[in-house]
Amino acid sequence: MSDETPDIPQPPPGGNSPLLPPDSGRDRPLFAVAAILVFLACLAALGARGAWTSSERWMSDLEGSLTVQVRPVDGRSAEDDARLAAELIQDLPGIASATPRDRAASEALLEPWFGTSGLPADLPVPLLIDVQLAEPELVDTAAIASALDNAGIMADVDDHGRWASAVARASQLARLLALGLLALILGAAAAVIAFAARASLAARQDVADALHIVGATDGYIAGLFERRFFSLGLKAGLAGAGFAALIAILVAVGGSNADALYFLPELIFAPFEIAALLAAPLIAGLVAALSARLAVEEELRKRW
Amino acid sequence: MTETGVNPFPQSESEVIVRFESVGMRYGRGPEILKDVSFQLDRGSFTFLTGPSGAGKTSLLRLIHMAHKASRGVIEHFGHDTAALHRKELPDLRRRVGVVFQDFRMLNHLSVFENIALPLRVAGQKRSDYAEDVAELVNWVGLAHHMDSLPATLSGGEQQRVAIARAVVNQPELLIADEPTGNVDPDMARRLLRLFVELNRLGTTVLIATHDLTLVRALDAPVMSLADGRLTYRERAA
Repeated sequence: MSDETPDIPQPPPGGNSPLLPPDSGRDRPLFAVAAILVFLACLAALGARGAWTSSERWMSDLEGSLTVQVRPVDGRSAEDDARLAAELIQDLPGIASATPRDRAASEALLEPWFGTSGLPADLPVPLLIDVQLAEPELVDTAAIASALDNAGIMADVDDHGRWASAVARASQLARLLALGLLALILGAAAAVIAFAARASLAARQDVADALHIVGATDGYIAGLFERRFFSLGLKAGLAGAGFAALIAILVAVGGSNADALYFLPELIFAPFEIAALLAAPLIAGLVAALSARLAVEEELRKRW
Repeated sequence: MTETGVNPFPQSESEVIVRFESVGMRYGRGPEILKDVSFQLDRGSFTFLTGPSGAGKTSLLRLIHMAHKASRGVIEHFGHDTAALHRKELPDLRRRVGVVFQDFRMLNHLSVFENIALPLRVAGQKRSDYAEDVAELVNWVGLAHHMDSLPATLSGGEQQRVAIARAVVNQPELLIADEPTGNVDPDMARRLLRLFVELNRLGTTVLIATHDLTLVRALDAPVMSLADGRLTYRERAA
């Protein structure tokens, strides 16, 4: 047969073609599912971060202040007692400021229960002192109570301890829920990719067989699927993270002034969040690649 | 194609390329396809494997090119008991065996050139290192004008030659072919047989499975015959 062409031909120019044939039609639904999962994972991550910062803010608010309630006493002016109490507290160690609130402030707090028509003028109403702490560790609530008692002021000191522990538990739960949701979504993404990789291997059994015949190792074959799914995960990650970034921007801009959102984890847009969104496509690609490799290697091990 | 330098694997010193001893094989829990098969292929030998359809020829070839495990018995490749080898060691042995399948097993999205170069590419060689050798081999099997063609555009005989070229591109010590003339006309069958003989003359051990007795009678070569899973006799055809 070698006599058919006397001159040795030149090899064709160019590089090698991919060993796995193009599979765009089959990959499109997977791309959509992966992009949605990355989108949800990004929202979960941003939510977890939001829950984290919100809980820190709640705890800071609670731990950085005290509330002193001055009870009205017959024959004494509650307003004068509140002013005197604020001055006494102001001089104690660790206190940044002590601001007495007037009767109107107390009535405003009671308004949800007693309505807007106001309280009877002769009804005794406790007055509040808003105490901001400069150094909470120096503040001794017993010393505050003692100082007020020595001045003849009937008052209760609330260090928010009861609220702080409840808020701490709630914020911890919010963090765990958000992180758990993130882990679940990542797990679901890995499972979907692994399932797709197995399906892809089954659809390309001819390629795997041909490669095995010519001496390819399991790692070599798995590497082909690993690279394909890394690329798919990366592209899906870009789409999902991009959409999540858009949502985060809209929520950050549109919800920033909504007081009702105070107790909800907020989607904020800060350097950490930007870094997380930028890292998401790479993480998606790595999760997809690892899932595909492990799945294909497991499938190949079942065969000889 | 001599001394192309494209085979990175050391040649075995063993004079016995393949040895089967009381080998049995079944698929899953099905019936035994091969029963107590014993034989050996010596280095440089040329052997036919014949038998009717369903006799177990293809299953025997699957054992020889390490695509399946024996249910019992001992199989040695190049002096190594394959049952005792780690899975990671098998690809190196497989690269010393060239296989031509009846259905060719081409990668239809790759060109003729790339299909033939596949064993070298899988072995990690650079295209620039093997391109000229592969082009020479393509020319040798008479497909120089189809270098860039996709397999689906070739005739059965041409695809068969691509499969053969792929099987020998890394100069395997053993070449096995399953019904290599099953899809070609008598003239092409004779030409393919000459190709196998030439490869054998260059030192490759050759085993051809066929039920084409005309092909078998064309050579004075040993014949192993399978019937109902048993290797019933071994003789020279002529």
